[in-house]
Amino acid sequence: MSNKNSKINILVRGIILENPVFVLLLGLCPFLGVSNQVINSIGMGLAVLFVLICSNVAISLLKNLIPDKVRIPAYIVIIATFVTVVELVMHAFTPELYNNMATFIVLIVVNCIVLGRAEAFASKNNVVDSVLDAIGMSIGFFFALFLMATIREVFGSGTFLGFRVPILADNPIRVIGSPAGAMIVMGLLLAFFNFLKDYLSKRSAKKVESLEVVENSLDSKELNTEEAV
Amino acid sequence: MEYLAILISFIFINNYVLVKFYGICPFIGVSKDVESALGMGAAVTFVMTLATAVTWMIYNLILAPLNAGYLKIIAFILVIAALVQLVEIIVQKFSPSLYKALGIYLPLITTNCAVLGITMDAIIIQNYGLFKSIFAGFSAGLGFTLVLILMSTLRMKLNFEKVPKYFRGVPIAFITGGLMAMAFMAFAPTIIFKLFPNL
Repeated sequence: MSNKNSKINILVRGIILENPVFVLLLGLCPFLGVSNQVINSIGMGLAVLFVLICSNVAISLLKNLIPDKVRIPAYIVIIATFVTVVELVMHAFTPELYNNMATFIVLIVVNCIVLGRAEAFASKNNVVDSVLDAIGMSIGFFFALFLMATIREVFGSGTFLGFRVPILADNPIRVIGSPAGAMIVMGLLLAFFNFLKDYLSKRSAKKVESLEVVENSLDSKELNTEEAV
Repeated sequence: MEYLAILISFIFINNYVLVKFYGICPFIGVSKDVESALGMGAAVTFVMTLATAVTWMIYNLILAPLNAGYLKIIAFILVIAALVQLVEIIVQKFSPSLYKALGIYLPLITTNCAVLGITMDAIIIQNYGLFKSIFAGFSAGLGFTLVLILMSTLRMKLNFEKVPKYFRGVPIAFITGGLMAMAFMAFAPTIIFKLFPNL
C-alpha cells in the first residue's frame, strides 16, 4: 500500500509542490523563450517529455556502468543524443514549429530540469520510478508552460491557438507578448505560487492541528472514562 | 562597419538576457552583488569568445565537409564542457588570483544557455565567418555582462525597499528585469539601419 502511495507521490509531486519551473526555478530559458504562443508551448512540452523520459530511462539503466568521475559529461552526451533525435524529427515533420523555436529545442540539452533529474533522481533509482518521475516533472513543466503561454497569447495578441478572443483581439495588450512582458508575467505568477504554497502549507498545518486536537480530546475522554470506572 | 553593427545588435537590440532569455538562470541567481556579477560576466564573455572560435572550426572544417552536420549538438556541448574545464585548469595554473575571483562561477558556465546559444546563433543560423563569429561571441558576452551588472546594482537597491511579502526575492527580480527589458525595447532594429544605411 505504502509502495503504491510512494509511486503516486513520485508522479504527482512534480505538478504543484515541486513544480520544476515555479517552485524549483529550473529550465527558465526555454520556458520564457517559447511561451509567446500556445502552439509553441505544446511542441516544447512534448519535446521535453520525450527527452526527459528517454534520458531518465537510459541513465537509470546505465547508472552502474558510468564511472562516478565522468558522470556529468556522460549524462550530457546521453541527453544531447535524444535532443538530436527530437530536433531531426521536428525538422522533418513539423517544419513550421521547428522554425519558430529552433534554438530553444537545441537548448533542451542545457535545460537544468533534464540534467537535474538525471543527477538527482535517475542516477539513484530504478527504471520504473525514473519513468514516473520523468512523466511527473514534464507534466509540471508542461502545465507551467501552458499556463504562461495561454496568458501571454490571450492578452498579448488576443488569440488562443490562432482563434480570436472576442474583445482582446481588437485591442491586445502588446507588451505582454513582448519579452519584457514575459518577465513581468513570470514575476506575477511566481508571487502567486508563493502565496499558494503558503496557503496550502497553512491549511495542511491547520488540518494536522485540528486532528491532533481531536486525538487529544479523545485521549482525555478515554482517561476520564477510565478514571470514572 | 559590419563589426560595429554586430556589436550594437548583440549588446542592445538582441540582448541575450533581456530579449532572447539565454542565460536567465545566472541573471537571477548570480546578480545579488556587483562583484560576483562582474566575475560571472567576465568568465562567460571569455568562454563565449573561445567557444565560438573552436566550434566554428569544428563545424566548418570537420562536420560540414563530412556531411555530419546533424552531430552538431553533441559536438558543440562536448566542446563547451571541455573548454570550460580547460579554462579552469589554465586560469588556476597561471593566475591564481583570477581563479580565486572566478573559481565558483567557472563550472556553472557549461550549463549556461548563452554559450550554446551563441554558437548555434552565430555559426548555424547567421552563418558568420570565423572572425565575425568570434566577434559576435565577444559582443554577446559583453551584453550579458552589462545586463548582469545593471541588474545587480538594482537588486542591491531593492534590498532597502519595502517589498510585499510574496514578491520578495525572485518574483520582484523578474519584474525588475521586465521593466529593464522594456527600456531596452527602445533600441529598435531601425537604429542600425539609420546609422548604417548601406548595410
